[in-house]
Amino acid sequence: MSTTTEDLLRERRRAGIPKTRRTAVYVYQAPLRVWHWVNALSITVLAITGWFIANPPPSVMGEASDHYVMGYIRFFHFAAAYVFAVGFLFRIYWAFAGNRYAMQLFTLPVWRRSFWRELWHEVRWYAFQEKEPWKYYGHNPLAHLFMVVIITVGGLVMMVTGFALYSEQAGAGSWQDRLFGWVIPLVGQSQDVRLWHHWGMWVIVVFVMLHVYTAIREDVMSRQSLISTMISGWRMFKDDRP
Amino acid sequence: MPRSTPETFYEVMRRQGITRRSFLKFCSLTATALGLAPSFAGKIAHAMETKPRTPVIWLHGLECTCCSESFIRSAHPLVSDVVLSMISLDYDDVLMASAGHQAESILSEIKEKYKGNYILAVEGNPPLNQDGMSCIVGGRPFVEQLKEMAADCKAIVSWGSCASWGCVQAARPNPTRATPVDKVILDKPIIKVPGCPPIAEVMTGVLTYMLTFERIPPLDRQGRPAMFYGQRIHDKCYRRPHFDAGQFVESWDDEAARKGYCLYKMGCKGPTTYNACSTVRWNNGVSFPIQSGHGCIGCSEDGFWDKGSFYQHVTNVHAFGIEANADKVGLAAVGVVGAAIGGHAAYSAYTAIKKHPETMENRTDSSAGDQQ
Ligand code: HEM
Ligand code: HEM
Ligand code: SF4
Ligand code: SF4
Repeated sequence: MSTTTEDLLRERRRAGIPKTRRTAVYVYQAPLRVWHWVNALSITVLAITGWFIANPPPSVMGEASDHYVMGYIRFFHFAAAYVFAVGFLFRIYWAFAGNRYAMQLFTLPVWRRSFWRELWHEVRWYAFQEKEPWKYYGHNPLAHLFMVVIITVGGLVMMVTGFALYSEQAGAGSWQDRLFGWVIPLVGQSQDVRLWHHWGMWVIVVFVMLHVYTAIREDVMSRQSLISTMISGWRMFKDDRP
Repeated sequence: MPRSTPETFYEVMRRQGITRRSFLKFCSLTATALGLAPSFAGKIAHAMETKPRTPVIWLHGLECTCCSESFIRSAHPLVSDVVLSMISLDYDDVLMASAGHQAESILSEIKEKYKGNYILAVEGNPPLNQDGMSCIVGGRPFVEQLKEMAADCKAIVSWGSCASWGCVQAARPNPTRATPVDKVILDKPIIKVPGCPPIAEVMTGVLTYMLTFERIPPLDRQGRPAMFYGQRIHDKCYRRPHFDAGQFVESWDDEAARKGYCLYKMGCKGPTTYNACSTVRWNNGVSFPIQSGHGCIGCSEDGFWDKGSFYQHVTNVHAFGIEANADKVGLAAVGVVGAAIGGHAAYSAYTAIKKHPETMENRTDSSAGDQQ
């Protein structure tokens, strides 16, 4: 394979990684870290309450006025939904206000040859075909791809379908209806919107499983820190090879 | 049968033997059904007394005629009498007296005489496959009659789920390619009155509104009259407090079913269905499906036949030719991914140990050191 300018740039970038042992780079600024954990919590609440909206817990007996089981489940779903949505808007703002790693969630450098090479390398690393992974300041390309597709695109789909469903109870003329009501005829009918919203939950649940697993695995097996990076913001490298 | 001098609605009704008292009752009933202020009763009466009658033509395509059946059972017999006297005078091949060529000639007469001024009510829909041969009216494919009559009408009322969405004859795999009216007639205002059938009061209400006010009722995004289809069954369901409380029927003959708890777990489609059943109800307001203990099947929604079981809330999707329930696929995916993660983690640990045996040695007691 011939060497392209991208490759040279990548080599330069690698060469730029400090050679001293246990170097650390400040990658995730505080607001982004707070967002990450708030977002993780809201998605967890959304998935659990969403599951119970579709499959309510066993029936309770007695006077209807003594209970509010579905009421609370739905309330927490909607409360978490607003946290998720406001957090998402903040995250878009932060993509511009924060450092360069803050933009990663909204851009995927598919036009860069190095992205695909690094992606392939990462896939081989997970398939036990590489001895060791490369180092990254920001996300590794595989994580990057999944985050953009599932958190950014998937999160948007969940918000658009979720607020469309919300517009049904908020009623015609509500801001939810004016902003998102068009989604219902576009998708088909109300039941179809629910179905897509429901499928979305499963996609996100599977992502979270993989995300948490890989975060732990890479924290142990790769050459850089991950979980502590999302807590302290500092990316620590475990060796000084490029 | 069409007269040479334009008659008013009121004249037609009187000629049909309807008393003034009954007429006024009808006007106030209709105002109420339409959700208008009581003062509108007078306006409806005035309009009916002064305005020349707008003819209504009622065509029948591929259908089961349940819309007509519903219509003639309008809550107040008066309402159906009045509206019927306004309609059946012209053309309705199910209800009118004349038949055959005599009946068909009425169509062309009205088309000419009331050009751009009559209302076309369509029950059922045209099948388009096999050149429309699956539905023949007067020796010709229905789609031809529909297009012809639509060309000069003022507006179209799509009765029921057939004309509005396609309904059962358009359900997968739709062999005759039954097609809703708004996909065939593209250049006329179309009012969709879905339901299988629609509620009688809704039908008469919509027609009366159009005939008296000479305009189309306010429609929602999907072309349905907002006054009747503005809310879901679930929003006005009298079992809603049980839904909010978390009190559900779990099987058809349980204690909860006897107590009238919410039917959500029995697959009630009330939360995704726009119709007036939970407010107007059926058969003179006697009851509606949920009141009699069965969930809503979503009969007024697009493609409700193809959304899987009527008794299941999380419906099936048809993807790649297989039918699957989102939760079953989701749980299976979680299981597979979980197992894959477990396997991957185990193999990762194995390779790590193989690569750095000393790690293993450091972490275990002295006996493990012998392996070195
Ligand atoms: C609902 C759960 C979660 C979601 C939706 C989620 C989502 C995300 C997203 C979107 C990012 C990228 C941040 C950015 O660039 O703006 C990220 C990064 C990260 N998340 Fe999560 N996360 C979740 C849970 C967790 C958990 C439980 C852990 C820890 C065990 C974790 C560890 C990490 C780490 C380490 C990173 C940084 C990756 C790197 O350094 O390249 N996440 N996560
Ligand atoms: C990651 C995010 C989310 C997940 C995993 C999630 C999950 C779910 C699930 C599984 C359901 C049940 C669907 C069914 O009955 O089949 C549901 C219902 C619903 N969700 Fe979400 N959701 C999310 C975000 C949102 C957002 C942002 C909103 C916006 C307000 C929202 C609003 C709703 C509404 C209105 C319902 C219907 C509740 C009802 O009719 O009782 N969701 N959600
Ligand atoms: S019975 Fe159906 S419409 Fe009524 S509250 Fe329960 S789910 Fe909603
Ligand atoms: S309750 Fe539902 S299924 Fe029954 S008639 Fe009304 S809309 Fe149709």
